[in-house]
Amino acid sequence: MNSSRCAACKHLRRRCPSDCIFAPYFPSNNPRRFAYVHKIFGASNVGKILQDLPVSYRGEAANTLCYEAYCRIKDPVYGCAGIVDQLNEQLKVAEYQLATIKAAITTTLQPSYLLDQSLPM
Amino acid sequence: MGGASPCASCKLLRRRCAKDCVFAPYFPSDDPHKFAIVHKVFGASNISKMLQELPVHQRGDAVSSLVYEANARARDPVYGCVGAISYLQSQVSQLQMQLAVAQAEIVCIQMQQDHDQQQHNINQLMLAADEHEKSYFLHNNFLNFSSATANVANVNYDSFKKEPRYGHDMVS
Repeated sequence: MNSSRCAACKHLRRRCPSDCIFAPYFPSNNPRRFAYVHKIFGASNVGKILQDLPVSYRGEAANTLCYEAYCRIKDPVYGCAGIVDQLNEQLKVAEYQLATIKAAITTTLQPSYLLDQSLPM
Repeated sequence: MGGASPCASCKLLRRRCAKDCVFAPYFPSDDPHKFAIVHKVFGASNISKMLQELPVHQRGDAVSSLVYEANARARDPVYGCVGAISYLQSQVSQLQMQLAVAQAEIVCIQMQQDHDQQQHNINQLMLAADEHEKSYFLHNNFLNFSSATANVANVNYDSFKKEPRYGHDMVS
């Protein structure tokens, strides 16, 4: 019986029922996955989130909850929101660089630019 | 102090709001939704633990990011703010590809222009050399012609007169 418990029920030290909401997404061979989500969200909240979703979406939800929890443990102040900020910043920089290069291309292709580049006669 | 209103957290949790309440600085009573959403997603107990593990000067930022994540998860229970991360990552990748293409384009344009400029310079030099050669040729030929005509002018025509052409002297 002990060996068939999912990681969640092992962590919570309880019997793992046949319809355990956590079992499909928190297998016993990866205990850290559940430990992360339990630390940040709490088992009860994770269970509620999964219960409220159709079965076909629960796997993806469990994955994103794990990722979010992991990010929060790595960065307790900013978590995933910090990554969003960094990406927004990267986006701004890339947009600016692209606009600069496109302007340079337009300038280079101007006829007056070509004339300026020719040798004096 | 006895009349101070409880913070949003203690109101929701229906408890006395202590003087050193960990939530009070970040969840004022005039914004009950803020605490409600983080409590729904993370739970008051977990929020309290997270805040207590941080130095005071970082707690404000931590609360802001937790509120952001809780709102994202409430809007999208499957992906939460991870959905925003995926979307932004793909936007950044696309832009970086466009940037690489634009950079390659400007290098090509510059190389083409350098090549055209070199060709133009070569043509100019050849033209100049051609003009110089022509004028040299013309100049030299003029001199030769002048000297040739001068030699012709010095020929003695008297020697031609002594030698009849058709032997008319033999008639007599």
